[in-house]
Amino acid sequence: MREHEQHEHIDGRHDRNDPAADAKLREGSMDLAAVRAKLQSKTGKQYWRTLEELAGDPEFEELLHREFPRQAPSEWEDSVDRRDFLKLMAASLTFAGLSGCGRTPEQYVVPYVKQPEGMVLGKPQFYATVMPFGADAIGLLVESHEGRPTKIEGNPDHPSSLGATNVFAQASVLNLYDPDRAQTVTKFGEIQTWSLFVDSAQAIAAEMKAANGAGFRMLTGIVTSPTLAAQIQSLLTLFPQAKWHQWEPAVGDGTREGAKLAFGSYLNTVYRPEKADVILSLDSDFLGSGPGHIRYAREFSRRRKLNGPTDTMNRLYVVEPTPSVTGATADHRLPLRASEVELFARALAAKLGLGGSAAIPPDAEKWLDAIAKDLQNHKGASLLVAGEQQPAEVHALVHAINATLGNVGTTLYYTEPVEAHPANHLESLRELCADIDAGKVETLLILGGNPVYNAPHDFDFASKIKFDEKKNRKPVKNTIHVSSHFDETAELCDWHVAESHYLETWGDARAFDGTVSVIQPLIAPLYHTHSAREALAAFGDKPGVSDYEVLRDRLKAANPSADFEKFWRKTLNDGLVAGSAFAPASANLKFSVASLVAAKTTPADDIEFLFRPDPCVYDGRFANNGWLQELPKPVTKLTWDNAALISPKTAEKLQLAHNVAWRGGEHGKIYSNVIDIALSNSKVTAAAWRLPGQADGVVVLPLGYGRKKAGYTGTNKGFNAYAVRTSDALWTASAPTSAIKKTGDDYPLACTQYHFSMEGRQILATGTLEEYRRNPNFANEHAELPPKELSLYKGEAEFPYNREKWAMAIDLNKCNGCNACVVACQSENNIPVVGKDQVMRGREMHWIRIDRYYEKAKSATNDPSSYDESLFNPPTFFQPVPCQQCENAPCEQVCPVGATAHSAEGLNDMTYNRCIGTRYCSNNCPYKVRRFNFLRFQDWETPQLKLLRNPEVTVRSRGVMEKCTYCVQRINNARIESEKLNAPIRDGAIVTACEQACPTEAIIFGNANDKESRVAKLKAQQRNYSLLGELNSRPRTTYLAAVRNPNPELESA
Amino acid sequence: MAQIFHRSTNFIARFSVFSTLFLVGVALVAVLAVARSPYMTRQNISREQPVQFSHKHHVGDDGIDCRYCHTGVETSAVAGIPPTKTCMNCHSVLFNNAAYLEPIRESYRSDKSIQWVKVHRLADFVYFNHSIHVNKGVGCSSCHGQINQMPLVFQAHTLLMQWCVECHRNPEQVLRPKDQVFNMDWKAPDNQAEIGAKLREEYKIRTTAELTSCSTCHR
Amino acid sequence: MSAGQPPFDSPEIRRLTPVIGPGYTYGSVTDKISAIVLTRPTSLGWYVGFLIAFSLMGMLTVAVGWLIIKGVGIWGINIPIGWGFAIVNFVWWIGIGHAGTLISAILFLLNQKWRTSINRFAEAMTLFAVACAGIFPLIHTGRPWMAFYMFPYPSTMGLWPQFRSPLIWDVFAVSTYGTVSLMFWFVGLIPDLATLRDRAVKTPMKIIYGMLSMGWRGSARHWYRYQSAYLLLAGLATPLVLSVHSVISFDFSIAIVPGWHTTIFPPYFVAGAIYSGFAMVLTIAIPLRKVYGLEDFITMRHLDNMAKVMLATGLIVAYGYFMEFFMSSYSGNKFDVFLVQQRLHGPYAPFYYALILCNILLPQLLWSFKMRHNVAVLFIMSIVVNIGMWLERFVIVVISLTRDFVPSAWGRYSPTFWDWATFIGTMGMFVTLIFLFVRVLPAISIAEMRELVAETSEDEK
Repeated sequence: MREHEQHEHIDGRHDRNDPAADAKLREGSMDLAAVRAKLQSKTGKQYWRTLEELAGDPEFEELLHREFPRQAPSEWEDSVDRRDFLKLMAASLTFAGLSGCGRTPEQYVVPYVKQPEGMVLGKPQFYATVMPFGADAIGLLVESHEGRPTKIEGNPDHPSSLGATNVFAQASVLNLYDPDRAQTVTKFGEIQTWSLFVDSAQAIAAEMKAANGAGFRMLTGIVTSPTLAAQIQSLLTLFPQAKWHQWEPAVGDGTREGAKLAFGSYLNTVYRPEKADVILSLDSDFLGSGPGHIRYAREFSRRRKLNGPTDTMNRLYVVEPTPSVTGATADHRLPLRASEVELFARALAAKLGLGGSAAIPPDAEKWLDAIAKDLQNHKGASLLVAGEQQPAEVHALVHAINATLGNVGTTLYYTEPVEAHPANHLESLRELCADIDAGKVETLLILGGNPVYNAPHDFDFASKIKFDEKKNRKPVKNTIHVSSHFDETAELCDWHVAESHYLETWGDARAFDGTVSVIQPLIAPLYHTHSAREALAAFGDKPGVSDYEVLRDRLKAANPSADFEKFWRKTLNDGLVAGSAFAPASANLKFSVASLVAAKTTPADDIEFLFRPDPCVYDGRFANNGWLQELPKPVTKLTWDNAALISPKTAEKLQLAHNVAWRGGEHGKIYSNVIDIALSNSKVTAAAWRLPGQADGVVVLPLGYGRKKAGYTGTNKGFNAYAVRTSDALWTASAPTSAIKKTGDDYPLACTQYHFSMEGRQILATGTLEEYRRNPNFANEHAELPPKELSLYKGEAEFPYNREKWAMAIDLNKCNGCNACVVACQSENNIPVVGKDQVMRGREMHWIRIDRYYEKAKSATNDPSSYDESLFNPPTFFQPVPCQQCENAPCEQVCPVGATAHSAEGLNDMTYNRCIGTRYCSNNCPYKVRRFNFLRFQDWETPQLKLLRNPEVTVRSRGVMEKCTYCVQRINNARIESEKLNAPIRDGAIVTACEQACPTEAIIFGNANDKESRVAKLKAQQRNYSLLGELNSRPRTTYLAAVRNPNPELESA
Repeated sequence: MAQIFHRSTNFIARFSVFSTLFLVGVALVAVLAVARSPYMTRQNISREQPVQFSHKHHVGDDGIDCRYCHTGVETSAVAGIPPTKTCMNCHSVLFNNAAYLEPIRESYRSDKSIQWVKVHRLADFVYFNHSIHVNKGVGCSSCHGQINQMPLVFQAHTLLMQWCVECHRNPEQVLRPKDQVFNMDWKAPDNQAEIGAKLREEYKIRTTAELTSCSTCHR
Repeated sequence: MSAGQPPFDSPEIRRLTPVIGPGYTYGSVTDKISAIVLTRPTSLGWYVGFLIAFSLMGMLTVAVGWLIIKGVGIWGINIPIGWGFAIVNFVWWIGIGHAGTLISAILFLLNQKWRTSINRFAEAMTLFAVACAGIFPLIHTGRPWMAFYMFPYPSTMGLWPQFRSPLIWDVFAVSTYGTVSLMFWFVGLIPDLATLRDRAVKTPMKIIYGMLSMGWRGSARHWYRYQSAYLLLAGLATPLVLSVHSVISFDFSIAIVPGWHTTIFPPYFVAGAIYSGFAMVLTIAIPLRKVYGLEDFITMRHLDNMAKVMLATGLIVAYGYFMEFFMSSYSGNKFDVFLVQQRLHGPYAPFYYALILCNILLPQLLWSFKMRHNVAVLFIMSIVVNIGMWLERFVIVVISLTRDFVPSAWGRYSPTFWDWATFIGTMGMFVTLIFLFVRVLPAISIAEMRELVAETSEDEK
């Protein structure tokens, strides 16, 4: 544990050779001088060894801590440091009443020499680009202030995003400014120049040429970029013997192989959830992850829209082993073990007369009948979706069933693959490893990815590229790694090329439906970084060519149009090549269910271990992103860690429990038992977490944590599930219960919402479609609402709200808890990351939080550490809670200095510079949406992070309260623009950050005085209710009750 | 037993009691005064600039319009300090070898920005927007004073919140006809009160309650 | 009422428990009291005690310094529990600061002779307690150096404080109370300071006491003015005794937090304050009379009466608890009902039960004459009540906040090292001041004792 932390600091020191940091070093304190002295005359490996030694002594550690503060503030009850002294001086001066007289030093204005065309100082500009992600490309509009990209928004014209985003897209801008990014080309850890790299690349290429490229291998993740693919192809033609391997750790081969199994060739499936009345998800989180999920969520939510009792809804069945965003949204959710999902699919196929047969758990039987009937009643309007982690068989079965139900062409269609080079990744990697062992590999070029960390551990990828002490030789002569961070793999490779962020490069990528989208840089590379394509080209015959030219040439070739410049400008403006989406391909089934070999099943009393990408750090690539680390995971609400997720019943059997810590408590720190998991002759130690709704006998090991060289933020967080993940059990491993052993230790987990019972209060109003039709007003009958006249103060008279009356409506029927709004808010409003320790003290800063409640959970068992049947499969609901902007706000009346006051438009303004931090407002806030800077959470030092800030929002420092303001900066700017034209602010002109990010359009903001506005219409609905309305706080943020559409047959039973 | 204190000390005692009270009062007043003094607010203090640019000359004598250099003033939050290019538009021809313009040419040659000393400064937590003021009939000189008579620019007003709020509470006092906005010599007519009221109607200026909401300036 | 106890305040009682020991003359009284300050050599015990107390006070300085460097985050507070030890201690200290003025002002107006020998140090205690209390509202803010925003002064922002906020009322209530108590105390001191001036041997002492006594010569006119001034101040102070803690209680009752939002707070806060105040007076009086052999001045009669006052106020407090409980249950407000449940069964239940034990059950012993006349028991009891009253504030401030309206936001609170350091630090400060006080000022009003001598001698006749 310890020495890893030291490694992390080594990283810290190492990755920073930007001048700012060195300047910091120079002006640093005595100890730094000492450090430099020690390091004098040390070079290369020696240098690092010295650093290792140094890292041994705590002083140095402490020093690094304060010299390199990062996204997560590390300084907490350490000894007094330089900044602290300054603060102390400042404070004491102020106490002496002197600060008032101290004048701030002169400031300077630094104008452009030649101002760029079309730039208006003080006005942000937006550029269209895409974020390539797996077999998808998320269409984005990126906000730029004087050339600094600060905020990511969705591109409304782009099919994959439709204007929305997801957590990864939102947080990716932080990756751009991540201080731990690799900043230059290195060889054996020593800084090199790009040209040196190109030279040696050319030298290698020359050798290769002679051998026809035998022994030249490229390893990539999924590639959807036509230009990159073309580049690779050109190398393959240059070196006929060379090979292209692929490894994408968190995307299953099932999807690809399933299509092959069913149709004889790789095909891509595009769903049209909007057209489906009945949807069955077989362990698929198609609303929360996977290609196109943002669009799917949008389409799905359109069918959950209720304007009145007469409206209809679609129905979603989910069969899954562990609760997902999709599962939480389902009308019916059946927890089955992963292996049983396949059985279920087979049984369903059989029921629908496709032959075959399978025995499924008895309680699933009546399910089967109901679903089968429901699907048959909706032929052509139903949809089956198989999960990315499910085996090929399940996918094939789903293809077959969709075909028999006549869904193909209506609720889904097939296209040629989006991937440039679809292949079985596992086999591809296996082949590479075999070849290396066979000594067939001379040069290995690893583009992106981090195989040393995330390859199946039985491949032992590290040994494939590490210097072999016994044989006293390197298995592979030349290893080159191209990646954004100097990570576990980079450490073992000869060359490391720092890869540019997608906001720094020209490029392209195909979206889930094949749409060719253009990656347009928002900023020149911050450091000496290069794109993967450039790194490849270094080995080719035209190393010099820039991404820009390549992209333009390719587009020109692909789109021969009269006026290319016009086409080019349009493409850049739209962010995509119009009409480049794949046309539906004909797909005829080439397989019979009967022909399937018997399914692989897990012995009944064995434990099933599932490997799943983490909802926040994915496969580990986002491990160093503070926003995502601190983002509470949708269902578990855990932050900064992953945990072995276990169903309450199984946990009961294994006697695994949590207990609530006294500091932070339910809203912060939970101690949970630590377990050793022995799987496939390897072992991990993890904290066990009881997860209601998880199938019994299933343990989920989320991937992406336990990084050893992720950077300051991401190193040594959680446990590394890859360590027990083997090629023969890539997604599902099984072992007897004895594989799990309690170590007897407890591990503190940072959980932002441990308490999941509503305690019989109507916090989150829910009902079924029938109930709603019977009584459309059900949401408002739980408590009597006080009449508006009841007020000691002038109230309405004082605030007539003649013009705008800002309000928000949140449709709980649409929200699926995906978290996009939370990160969007963090990005828009300069919200700091506080670090695990502070989260455990209940001090996280998110202005909008998403509460998760289990509806049927008995309050007696308000935490899962006491097992209760009601926790087996509890209906799960999500409720986003921003500031409610009460008209009768409890916070305003108690603030002694009027730092939070009512605006004429009904906002609860929060004036940070007036706040003295009594926290009285927070105590008196019934919704507890106010956030306090208990310490100096904001990182004022790290230069990169300064570029990230939104100049439209005050950056708060220590000791002041802050909270959601309905993005008042956006309101003000819109108001000013409309005022200039003396025109009313039109509905939709102001979009709050959360609203803009929301894939399901669950959050609607607008002017409640405008009867035509969307928000007014929503509030007019009977489903609309106020949270804790009985308190007479009169929130401006109101909720629309969640309505589920269960199948009567399943309900009755 | 001998007296320790002479009779006269009674006076001293009384005097000291009252004078302490008095001094405390004075001190308090002093603090309040200092906070408003030019020393703190930098009011009326003109600054040395890398090039002693004279608004008096350019605006007063040459009659160049504000918007020629401060291009953003009607459209953006910031009026904008002109790029070196703007200076060179003229000075590549006029005085193109004057010594005191060397920094300009140097900047233009070396593509290095000129560092102007900031004169009008607002705290980071204040979000002032030039465009809305200009568009609603608040003239430049209302806040910046008679720039056309300043050889070196200085801050004409305190820029204290007090001062901002004065206007936001009753804007009538400064509103002027749109065509007068950029007129540096505009003086409020005697019947400003009624004209202002009329203009306020005309410009559809928001209610005082709206203008003085915290979020109007603080976010 | 235990057996063998004569009816209250009968002459018999007075004989049994006089307010001053027999056979004292003006001279002897004066000697005895002023000796403590002037002639008696400072005992080793004093130095030791002072040293301990002072070092604790040092800890306070460190704690506050660190707080200013780092921020309130060094405490255990969080969201939802925005107020922790700081406010608990603030209310507790203010409460303690009540007895003094009550004894000196109200009992003076009610012409209770037995107050004379205890009012002086009771008042001193009040001042010191208020001083301790005054620290917390300041340092508990996130930006103490900005706290002056709370005062109504013509700011350059053209803004005033928000007068609807109870915290602003606090500022006025506490500062007024502090000032008046100080004046009252000082005026009361003048004649004695004069006595000390006249009796002091060393010149510097003469001068210092001389300046403080402001030329008091004890002439009839002086006495006349002194009496009327004292009476006036007493009249002024009396309403404050009731107002201060009522205002403090508004901090809670104005808020909507279940467990805070109750109309019964003002009276029962005041009662509680007096309760803890008298407890603290006992805690100080008992060792004081022992150490300086003042048994004849602070007699059993005093202790007995104070015990009775404690008993009475304790019962009022008990009634308050019951009403709180009853009202929440009777109102049927689901949040209030839930809070009551939390107090009884929630994670912090032990604190609630401890509170009931300390504030309601144990003090019932004071019904017994024997107990009231057993100094050891009284001393322990006074400590118990002080603890109890602290727990009461903890229960109100913390438990109410841990589980309020929205279950998802529920949390817990536990104090950190710095919370404790600050709390114990203020105790150190309090004791330090007490030590200094008994050393340099007459802990018992000489002048009033003289009067007492006169009156009691008449009684004997």
